[in-house]
Amino acid sequence: MSRVVAAFVALLAFPLAMQAMDALFYVSLGSRMLIYAIAATSLNLALGYGGMVSFGHAAFFGAGAYTVGILAAEGVQSLWLAWPAAVAVAALAALFIGAVSLRTRGVYFIMITLAFAQMVYYLFVSLKTYGGEDGLPMRGRSDPGFGLSLAGDLAWYYLVLALFAALVYLLHRLSRSRFGRVIEAIRENETRAEAIGFPVYRYQLACFVISGAAAGLAGALIANQSGYVSPSLLHWIQSGTLMIMVILGGVGRLWGGALGAFALLGLEHLIADYQFEWLAALAPNYQDHAGLAVGAVLLAIVLAAPQGLAGMLAGKKRGDARA
Amino acid sequence: MLELRNVSKRFGGVVATDDVTLEVARGEVHALIGPNGAGKTTLIAQVSGMLAVDSGRIVFEGEDITRLKAHARVRAGLARSYQVTSIFRRFTVLENLALAVQARSGSSFSFWRPLAAETALTDEARALAGEVGLADKLDAVAGNLAHGDQRALEVGLALATRPRLLLLDEPMAGMGPQESARMIELVERLRARLTVLLVEHDMDAVFRLANRISVLVNGRLVASGSPQAIRVDPEVRKAYLGDELAA
Amino acid sequence: MSATLLAEQTLNGLQFGLMLFLLAAGLTLVFGIMDMINLAHGSLYMIGAYLMASFAAATGSFWLALPLALAATALVGAALELTLLRRLYRRDHLTQVLATFAIILIANEVVRIVWGSQPIMLNAPPGLAGPVTLPGGLQYASYRLLIIGVGLLVALLLYFLVTRTRVGMLVRAGASNREMALAMGVDIRRLFTAVFALGAALCALAGAMLGPILAVQVGMGENILILAFVVIVIGGVGSIRGALVGALLVGIVDTGGRAFLPLLFGLFLPPQLASGAGPAVASVAIYLLMAVVLYFRPQGLFPARG
Repeated sequence: MSRVVAAFVALLAFPLAMQAMDALFYVSLGSRMLIYAIAATSLNLALGYGGMVSFGHAAFFGAGAYTVGILAAEGVQSLWLAWPAAVAVAALAALFIGAVSLRTRGVYFIMITLAFAQMVYYLFVSLKTYGGEDGLPMRGRSDPGFGLSLAGDLAWYYLVLALFAALVYLLHRLSRSRFGRVIEAIRENETRAEAIGFPVYRYQLACFVISGAAAGLAGALIANQSGYVSPSLLHWIQSGTLMIMVILGGVGRLWGGALGAFALLGLEHLIADYQFEWLAALAPNYQDHAGLAVGAVLLAIVLAAPQGLAGMLAGKKRGDARA
Repeated sequence: MLELRNVSKRFGGVVATDDVTLEVARGEVHALIGPNGAGKTTLIAQVSGMLAVDSGRIVFEGEDITRLKAHARVRAGLARSYQVTSIFRRFTVLENLALAVQARSGSSFSFWRPLAAETALTDEARALAGEVGLADKLDAVAGNLAHGDQRALEVGLALATRPRLLLLDEPMAGMGPQESARMIELVERLRARLTVLLVEHDMDAVFRLANRISVLVNGRLVASGSPQAIRVDPEVRKAYLGDELAA
Repeated sequence: MSATLLAEQTLNGLQFGLMLFLLAAGLTLVFGIMDMINLAHGSLYMIGAYLMASFAAATGSFWLALPLALAATALVGAALELTLLRRLYRRDHLTQVLATFAIILIANEVVRIVWGSQPIMLNAPPGLAGPVTLPGGLQYASYRLLIIGVGLLVALLLYFLVTRTRVGMLVRAGASNREMALAMGVDIRRLFTAVFALGAALCALAGAMLGPILAVQVGMGENILILAFVVIVIGGVGSIRGALVGALLVGIVDTGGRAFLPLLFGLFLPPQLASGAGPAVASVAIYLLMAVVLYFRPQGLFPARG
C-alpha cells in the first residue's frame, strides 16, 4: 500500500519537477503513458480477470477516438458530450462483438475478436469524409466548459492522472465485489460456474462491455492527446501492443496494465530518442528497428517470466492460491 | 418429482440414450446403475441441462424443463455433483462454498460493494462445510485437498444451491473404504430433506441407500424397481455378468 | 453488368480463394494437430515472397527461383518450429498468441534490415505477362490462369496426400485426436516439424505466386493472415476440406463484393451514399459472412474435431 502511495505522490509531483527543469516534453510523454495505462488496464479486465483473450481491443480504443474526432469535425467540441459518447459507442461495439464472439471458445474466440476488430478498422477507414486512410485531425482539445481549457500540458496531465486513478480504483473495487468473484470463478472453472447457477455468458458479456467502454474512454483521451485520430489506432497491431502491455505488466494483476504500458512506452522512447553509443557502434541503424527489441523482449517475457513485472514485484508465483 | 419421458440422445451414429422413461419419487434415494459405457453420465448431463436431449421430455416438479438452461435448472432446485471432480481449485474450501451460496442469493451484477462484507455468505458456507465434514479445512486451497475431501467438497457445492433434487454422479469414485463410509453417512443425513438420484458403481452403497434402483444398459433402461427385485432380475444379472466376462 | 465482367470477377475470386487456401491449409493443420495458434504464418508468406524475389533476381528465372524459394522457406519454417515453436505447444493460447506476435515483429524487422523498407519487385515469368483469350471472348491475364492452375493442382495433391497416404492418415488422426495418434506410436515430434515445414512451403508458394500481383513489402503477411483466420473459422479448424470451401467462399465473396456491391448500391441509393456505402460494405462483406456462418455453425462448416 505504501508503495502505491509513494508512486502516486511521484506521479503528482512529476510535472512540477519537469516544469522546474524546463523539460515539459516529458509531461506530455507522461500523459501518453497514462492514457495507454488506462487502455491496457481496460484490456486486463477482460483478458486477465475475465480470461477472455480478446485480440480486438483496438476496435474499442479506436472507436472511442473516432467518436471524439468525428463529433469535433461536426462542431461538437464539448467534453461533456463527446467523451460520454465515445464511451457509449465503444460499449455498444463491445456489446455487439462480444455477443457474437462469446458464443465461441478457445482459438475461435481469439480469431473472431481479431476479425471483427479488423472489420471495424475497414469500416472507419472507408469513411472518406472523416479522413479515410489519412486519419482525422482535431482542432484543439475537447472543451470542458466553465471557461476552462485543456490546452496546457499540466492541466491535461492532471486530468488524465485523475481519470487513471479513478479507473484503477474502480477495478480494485470491482475485483473485490460479487461480480469480480464470479468472473474469477468463471475463469477458473467455467463449466462448474454454470453448473452452480451463474449464467456465464451474461457475466462474460458484461465484463467485456465494461472493458470495451473503458478502452473507449482511453480512445477519447488519445485523440485529445495527439490532436489527431489515426486509423492505426484501430489496427490489430494496436490490439497486439495492448496485449503486450498486459502480459509485460502482469495478467490479472491490478497494476498489470499500468506497469506494462509504462515499461513498453518507456522502452520505445528510450530506443527512439536516445542514442546508446555502444549499440550504435554495433549496429548503426538500430534506432530504426525498435520493433526487434520489442519483439525480443516480448518473447523473453512470454517464455521466461509469464507473471510479468507485477508478478515479479509481488514476489508470488501464480501456481497455487490466487493472487 | 422428476420424470423422464422417452428421452433419447445420439452422438453421430452412437445411441447414447435410448428412449428412457424413468421416474424419481419425492423423498426417495433412487440409484441408477449399469455397466461402464451404459450412458449413465450422459443421462445425468441431460437432466442437469449440460446436454440437450434429442427427443423426449424432462419434467421436474410438474414443470417441463426440457428446454431450460443449466443455470436456470439450478435455480429451480436441481443440482448436480460431478464424477470427475470439478471444483474451483485455486479457491479455498470456504470460498468454493461461499461462491455456490452467492449464486443462489441475489444478483451478482454488483460491482462496488466488497464481497467480504457479506458475512451471511460465509456463515452459510461454514455450515455447509460442517455438513460435508470439511469444517476443519475451511482455509485449505481446494486443489491441495485429499481426494476424499475433494469429493466431499463436490457434494458441498451442489448442496449449497439448496436443491430439492440432488444428482450425485459417482460420489464415491476413487474412494477407499473409510472415505466411502463417510460419503454413505453423508447421503443418509441428506435423505431426510432431499430427493437424491444417485449414479454409483459401489454396490454396497447402492443396496444400502437406495429405495429404488434403475438399471441402464447401452443407453436403455432394462429394469427398475426395489433393490430386492433388481438383485434377482435375470436381465440385470446378464448385463453385469456379461460386463464382467468381457472385462 | 455483362457476362464478361461476371466471368472475370469469378475467375479473380477463384484465383484469390485458391491462394488463400494455400495459407489456410497450413494454418488449419497446425491448429488442428498441434492445437497452436500461429500468427507468424503470415510472416512465412512474406519471407517466401521476398526469397522468391531475391532468387528470381539472382537466377534471372522465375521457374528456377520457385522451387528454391519453397525449399528455403520450408527450411526457415522447420528451423522456427524446432527452436521456438516447440516450446509453445503445451502452453495456453494467450502465450502462443503473444509469442508468435513477437515473431511477427522480429520477422518484419529482420526483413527490413536485409531488404530495406521499400517494396521490391517481383515479376511474372516473361511468357505469361500478357492476356489470353478464353472461350466466350473474355480476355484474361494468363498469369492469373497459371495461379488458378497451380492452386487447383496443389489442392488436388493435398487431397491425395491427406486422404490416400499413410502420412495423411496420421495427420488426420492427429487432427482429431492427438493422444490417439501418440498411442498409435507416431513419432509425433517429427510429424509436427514436417507438417510445419509443409505449411511454410505452401505459404511460400502463395507468396511467390501472388508477389507479381500484390506488392512484396513488409507487413504483407498480416493482412492476408487475418483473411486466412476468417477462412479457417468459416471452414472449421483442422479440416482441409473446410479450408478449401472457406477459402473459395471468402475469395469469391470478397472479390465479388468489391466489384459488384458498389454497382448494386448505385442502383437504388443516391450517388453520394453509394460511393461511400458500397466500398464500406464490400470491405466488411467477408466478416459479415463469417458472422452469419458462426451464428448457425459456431464450429465452422466442417469441424475436424467432434
